[in-house]
Amino acid sequence: MSSAEIASLPESEGFRIRWADMAPFIALALIVLLGALINSNFMAANNLMNVITRSAFIAIIGVGATFVIATGGLDLSIGSMMAFVVGIMIMAMNSLAPQIGVWAIPVGALVALVVGSLCGLMNGLIITVGRIEPFIVTLGTMGIFRAFITYMTDGGSLSIDRSLRSAYRPLYFGDFLGVPYPVIITVVVALIGAFVLYRTKYGRRVTAVGSNSDVARFSGVHVGRVRTMAFVIQGFCVAVAAICYVPRLGAATPTTGQLWELQVITAVVIGGTLLRGGKAHIWGTVAGALILEVIANVMVLSDMVSEYLVAAVQGAIIIIAMLAHRFTSAR
Amino acid sequence: MKTSNKGTTFLSAAVIAGGLVATTAHAQDTEFTIAVSIPAATHGWTGGVVYHAQEAERQIEEAYPNIDVIVSTASSATAQVSSLEDLSATNELDALVILPFTSEELTGPVEQVASNGTFITVVDRGLADPSIQDLYVAGDNIAVGANTAEWLVDKLGGEGEIVVLRGIPTVIDDERIQGFTEVIDKSDIKILDIQYANWNQDEAFTLMQDYLGKYPNIDAVWANDDDMLLGVLEAVDMAGRDDVKYALGGNGMKQVIEMVMAGDERTPISTPYAPSMIASAMFMTAAQFAGQAPMRGSFKLDAPLITPENADQFYFPDSPF
Repeated sequence: MSSAEIASLPESEGFRIRWADMAPFIALALIVLLGALINSNFMAANNLMNVITRSAFIAIIGVGATFVIATGGLDLSIGSMMAFVVGIMIMAMNSLAPQIGVWAIPVGALVALVVGSLCGLMNGLIITVGRIEPFIVTLGTMGIFRAFITYMTDGGSLSIDRSLRSAYRPLYFGDFLGVPYPVIITVVVALIGAFVLYRTKYGRRVTAVGSNSDVARFSGVHVGRVRTMAFVIQGFCVAVAAICYVPRLGAATPTTGQLWELQVITAVVIGGTLLRGGKAHIWGTVAGALILEVIANVMVLSDMVSEYLVAAVQGAIIIIAMLAHRFTSAR
Repeated sequence: MKTSNKGTTFLSAAVIAGGLVATTAHAQDTEFTIAVSIPAATHGWTGGVVYHAQEAERQIEEAYPNIDVIVSTASSATAQVSSLEDLSATNELDALVILPFTSEELTGPVEQVASNGTFITVVDRGLADPSIQDLYVAGDNIAVGANTAEWLVDKLGGEGEIVVLRGIPTVIDDERIQGFTEVIDKSDIKILDIQYANWNQDEAFTLMQDYLGKYPNIDAVWANDDDMLLGVLEAVDMAGRDDVKYALGGNGMKQVIEMVMAGDERTPISTPYAPSMIASAMFMTAAQFAGQAPMRGSFKLDAPLITPENADQFYFPDSPF
C-alpha cells in the first residue's frame, strides 16, 4: 500500500482538479444561504443539527456507493438491503436480549455488519462470476430483500425489545461534546473511505477499473476481485447505516429505506463521482447527501410552494446543481 | 362518544344471523367457491388486511363446510388483474370479494368476472362503475377526519395551532383531509402547515422535526395514520417539546390502540379505518350463500372514536398491524 504514486501526481493538475471538486460544496453553501434567507429558523442550531444528523444514513451508504459507482457499477438494492439488515439485526437482538441483556446490542451490530457484508458479497459475486449487468442483478436483489423484510414483519412492523430501547437510543439521539453520534460515525466512515480510495493500491485500482476495465485487466489488475470488493464495502456501509438507524424509530417496516437507492445515487453523482465510473469523490458524496437533506428541509420551512409541487422544486434544484457542476468541471 | 355504532352493530348482527342459519341448515351439499382478491402486504395497513382475510378464511371454512374460500394477494394493479384472470379461469367462482388496488384499472376486469354470474363484493375503494357490484363494504374516510377534528376542537376549546401530515396523494387521503379541515375551519383553530409524509414512519419523523423547527408553538398534531404517528411521537420526544398536547393518528394500529388502552395523555384516542373490513365483507358474502340472508347494498362502517372504554373491540393482539 504505497502512497508514493499519489505524491508523484503533477502539482498543477492536482490543483485544477481540486478547484472543480469544490462544486458540490459551493452548491451546498448556496442552498444553505437560500435557506437562511427564506426562513430565519433555518439557521437555528437545533434545525441544522437535525438536518445534519438525518443526512447521516444517505451519507454513510453513499460512501459505499461511491466505491461501487467508481468501478462503473450500480447498486439498486441498497434501500431494500438496509431494511433487510435492520430486520435481521432486530430479530437477533430480540432473541438474545433475554439471555445477555444489553450486550445484545453490540452482538446485534456485529450480526448486522456480517449480514450486510455477505449481502454485498452476494451481489458482487453474481455480477462478476455470473457476468450479469449490476443494474439487473441488484434490481433482482432489491426485490428479494424487500420481500424478505415484508415477510419478516408480516407486512406490519418489527420493533426492538423494550428493554433495549433506552440503552440503544443514545446512538442516534445522543452526542459527544455536542456532536451527535451519527455525525461522528459519518465522518469516521468517510475518513476511512477517503483513505482507502485515495491512499491505497486498492483505491487506485477502483478508479482504474472504472475508467477502463480492459486497460486495468491488461495491467494485471484482477478486475472481478476489485468490483466484488466494492460491493462488499457497499454492504458493510449499509450495515453501519442500519446500526445508526435502528435506535431512531426502533422498528423495521416494509417501507423502511424505500427509494433510498435513488437518493444515494443522486448524492454520489451530485458529489462529483462519475456515473460511468473512473472518478470518485468521497467528500463530495457527503456534501451531496447534505444537499438533498437541506433542500427537503428548506422546502418544508418555506411557505412559498404548494405542497403538491414540493417534489418538483426539489427535482429542479438537483438538476440545476448537476448542470452547475458539469459546467465547472468541464473546463 | 356521540358517534353511533350502528354500522358495526348491524354488521355483527347480520353475520351472526348468517352463521345461525348456516349451522342449522347446512344439510345441502352444494359447494360454493368464494375468491378473495386483496393487495399484498406492503405496508402496515395492507399487512392487517392480509391477516384478517386469512383469519376470516379459516373461520368461514370452519363454520360452513360447503364454502371454499380462496385468498389471493397481488402486489400491483396489473398483478391483481392477472390474478383475477387466473382465479376465474381455474375455478367456478360463485362470489368474488375484491379490495381493488385502483378503481379505474380494475373496473373492466371485475365486470368481466361479473358477466359470468359471479356475485361481486367490493371493499374499500369503489369501482368506477358501481352497478357492477352486488355488495359494497367500506370505511368512512371523511368520518375518520371529521370525528378526530371534532374531538380536537372540543379538547382545545376551539382555538390553537396545529399541524397536519398527509399520506400519499390518493382519494383516501383527500377524503380524510377534507373531513378534518371542514370541521377545523369552523373553529378558531389554525392549521399552521400541511405536507405529505407518504404514510411512511421515517418521512413523518423528518417532517415533524422540520415542523418543530419551524413553529415555536404547536398545540396538536394530526398524523392521519398510525404508522406516521409513531414517527411524529419520536420526533416530539427527541425535541423535548411539551407544547404538543395531543398527537393523533388513525387506522387502528395495534401499538396505538395499546397507547389508548393505557390512557396515554398525548394520544388518548384513535379513529379506526380497520383492515378488518375485509373480514366483515367476507362474512357478509358467505351469509349470501350459507343461508337465507340475501346481501345487497352498500355498507359504510362507522369511524367511531376509539377510547379506553371501547379500545378492546378494536384490538387484535395477533395481527401484525
